[in-house]
Amino acid sequence: MKNRARLSLRVPAPPTRPGDVPDFSGVKLSGAGEVERPDIDASPRDMSDLAFKLIRVLDDKGQALGAWNPKLDPETLRRALRHMLLTRAYDDRMYRAQRQGKTSFYMKCTGEEAVAIAAAYAMDRDDMCFPSYRQQGLLIARGYPLVQMMNQVYSNARDPLKGRQLPIMYSSKEHGFFTISGNLGTQFPQAVGWAMASAYKGDDRIAASWVGDGTTAEGDFHHACNFASVYRAPVILNVVNNQWAISSFAGIAGGNESTFASRGIGYGLPALRVDGNDFLAVYAVTQWAAERARSNLGATLIEHYTYRAEGHSTSDDPSRYRPSDDAKAWPLGDPIERLKVHLIAIGEWNEEQQQAAHAEAVEQVKVANKEAEAVGTLGHGELPSIKTMFEDVFKEMPEHLRRQRQQMGV
Amino acid sequence: MPTMNMIQALNSALDVMLTKDPNVLTFGEDVGYFGGVFRVTDGLQKKHGLTRCFDTPIGEGGIVATAIGMGAYGLRPVVEIQFADYIYPAYDQIVSEAARLRYRSAGDFTAPLVIRTPYGGGIFGGQTHSQSPEALFTHVAGLKTVIPSTPYDAKGLLISAIEDDDPVLFLEPKRIYNGPFDGYHDRPVSPWSKHKASDVPEGHYTVPLGKAAVVREGSDVTVLAYGTMVHVALASVADSGLDGEVIDLRTLVPLDIETIVNSVKKTGRCVIVHEATHTSGFGAELSATVQENCFHNLESPIERVTGWDTPYPHAFEWQYFPGPGRVIEALKRAMEG
Repeated sequence: MKNRARLSLRVPAPPTRPGDVPDFSGVKLSGAGEVERPDIDASPRDMSDLAFKLIRVLDDKGQALGAWNPKLDPETLRRALRHMLLTRAYDDRMYRAQRQGKTSFYMKCTGEEAVAIAAAYAMDRDDMCFPSYRQQGLLIARGYPLVQMMNQVYSNARDPLKGRQLPIMYSSKEHGFFTISGNLGTQFPQAVGWAMASAYKGDDRIAASWVGDGTTAEGDFHHACNFASVYRAPVILNVVNNQWAISSFAGIAGGNESTFASRGIGYGLPALRVDGNDFLAVYAVTQWAAERARSNLGATLIEHYTYRAEGHSTSDDPSRYRPSDDAKAWPLGDPIERLKVHLIAIGEWNEEQQQAAHAEAVEQVKVANKEAEAVGTLGHGELPSIKTMFEDVFKEMPEHLRRQRQQMGV
Repeated sequence: MPTMNMIQALNSALDVMLTKDPNVLTFGEDVGYFGGVFRVTDGLQKKHGLTRCFDTPIGEGGIVATAIGMGAYGLRPVVEIQFADYIYPAYDQIVSEAARLRYRSAGDFTAPLVIRTPYGGGIFGGQTHSQSPEALFTHVAGLKTVIPSTPYDAKGLLISAIEDDDPVLFLEPKRIYNGPFDGYHDRPVSPWSKHKASDVPEGHYTVPLGKAAVVREGSDVTVLAYGTMVHVALASVADSGLDGEVIDLRTLVPLDIETIVNSVKKTGRCVIVHEATHTSGFGAELSATVQENCFHNLESPIERVTGWDTPYPHAFEWQYFPGPGRVIEALKRAMEG
C-alpha cells in the first residue's frame, strides 16, 4: 500500500440512545412567520432556499404569524381540532384492542395528526389520496365511519376488505383513499400516475401521496419525483419526516446530509419544508401546492418535520433504541396542544371546551367500538364468509380457483 | 450443548463467522443497534463494531447492490431483507446481477453474498408479511436457495452459505423462529428443549448445501417438504398411521435429487408439501423430477399439498395454510391410488 491515509467506513449514529438525556440541539428551526411565501407560479429554482428553512405559522404563545398564515375561521379550526382529538382517541382505543388480543396489529399516528388532518382540510373532497399507513386522519376528516375502520382492524364479518388485509390497511375509493400497501413507497409514483391521468382527461382533480423519511431511500420515491417533474403532474408529494424508521434514525435515510425536501431540487420540483406539528402551516403549504397543481403548474415536494411520538407499531418497543422521554422533549411540541393554545389565544376556545371535546371524542370511539366488537374481533364472533377468500383474485374466478375452493370444502 | 431457538442459532452463526473472518459483515434495515426486528443480529454490533453490523436505508435494491459491490471487492456480506415480502425492489439486482456475475464475466467477478430473509405465514402478518416466494428464485440460474427447518440446521447451513463462493438466498421460516411448531396451530407445542435439533454447538460447524435430510424413515410413502412444512409433514405422518418417509430438502437449489429418488423408488408413492401458492410452485419442479426419475416405480399419482392460489388472507390464515388435515388426506389418496 502506498503511503496514503487509510480510508475508513462511516456509519451514522443518532446523538442519543436509551439512558441518555434527549438532545435536539441539532434541530435548526426557523421562527414562526419568518419564512417568505412565494407566488404559486414561482420558479422552483428561485425558491430552492425553502427546502432548507422551516415554514411555521404558530409561535410558542399560539399566535399565528406571517405570510403563510392561512387565516382560517375559528369554526373551521375547532372542527379540525375535534378531528385531531378523534384520531388520537381512535388510535388509543385500537392500540388497547391489540394489547387485549382483539386484533393482530395496530399503528398509531400520535404526534402526527396535523399532517393528515390539515391536508384533508386543504384539499378538495374529490382529490385523491395515496397514503402510507399513518394517515388514518385523512379518513377520519373525510367522514369515513369509525366503525368501518374498526371492522377492518378486527377482520370481522363487516370488514369492507373481507378479512384480507392486515389491520389499518384501509381502502375507500368513495373517500378518495387508495388501498394501503404494506410495501413501502409503492403508492408514491402511483399517485403521480393518477395525477397524470387527471391531466390527460382534462379533469380538475389533483392527487397527493405520503411516505416516511425512511421510504425516501426506496427507488419508488425517486421514480415519483422524476415522473412528476417530467410530466408536470398535478400531485402533492409529502415526506413525513417523523425522525424514525422503526429503529433507524433519519440519518440512516440520509437526513443528516441534506433535508428530505431538498431531494426535490435536483428534480426541478418546488420543495417546501414545514413544521408538521403546526396545523396552520401544514394547511397553508398544502393549499399552496394544491393551488399550484390545479393551475397546471405541476407537483410540489413537501417535507413535514415532525416526530413519531410512539412506537412504529404494536410490534415495536422504541425504548430499546431511543431515550424513553424523547417525544416529550421534541422542540416542536404536540400538534393538538398547539392548535388548542392558538384557539385559546385568539379567544375562541377554553380548557373546559377542550376537556369536553376530548371526552366527546372518547365517547364517540367507545360507541363505535362497542358496535364493531359486537360483530366480532379477529378470530372471534362473526367472521367474513370464507368463500370470499377465493374471490377478487381475478374478476371472473378461473377454473383452477373454483377447484381449489371445492377442495377446501366451502 | 446449549438449547437454542432458530433466532439464537442464526445469531450464533453470524457471531461465529464475524469472529472467524474479517471479510464477513452484515447489514440491513434495523439490523444494527436494534439487532433486527426479529432479533437475529441482536448484540452483534455491540460485540463486533459499527462497521461490521449496521443499519441501512430502506432500499432493498441498494442493500443487495452494495453487497454485490462488496462481494466483488472480496468481502462476504450477509444482508437481511426484513421480510421476504419486501425483497422485490431487489429482484433485478438478485436476478440480473448477483446470480449472473460469475457467468457473464467468465469467472472474473463473483459476488459471494448471502441474502437472509424471513418468509412464510403463521404469524397473522397478512399478505405483505406472509409470502413464500422461493419459486421466484429457484427459477433463476446461478442462485442457490436454502431453507432450514431446525435451529441446528439453520446455524450449520448459514455458515455453509457464508463460506460458499456463490450467491445464496437464505429463507428463514419465521413461524418457527422463536418457538417450535408441531404442525398444528391449535394444539400445544413441545418446547425447543424437547426437540433434538435445538441442541446447537456454540462453535463453528457446517451442514452442507445441496444435501437433504431423511428426518423420518418409512416405507409406505415419501413426503417432500422444507421449512415450516417439515413439521407439518412429520405431524401428518404420525397422525395418519402410515409409515411415511419424510425428507427435509434443506436446499432447493442445488437439489439433492439422489436422496429424493432413492426414497421414492423404495416407497413408490410421493406427497409434496409447500406453503407457497400452487401454480408454478417449487412442488411442480419436484413433481417433474420424481416423475422423470421414478416413473416406473410410482404406484400412484404424485400429490401436491400447497397454499391456495390467492394472496395470504389475514382472517383466514389457517384455512390458507396447508395444515395436517389436508396433508393426511393427500397421504391417504397416495396410498389408495
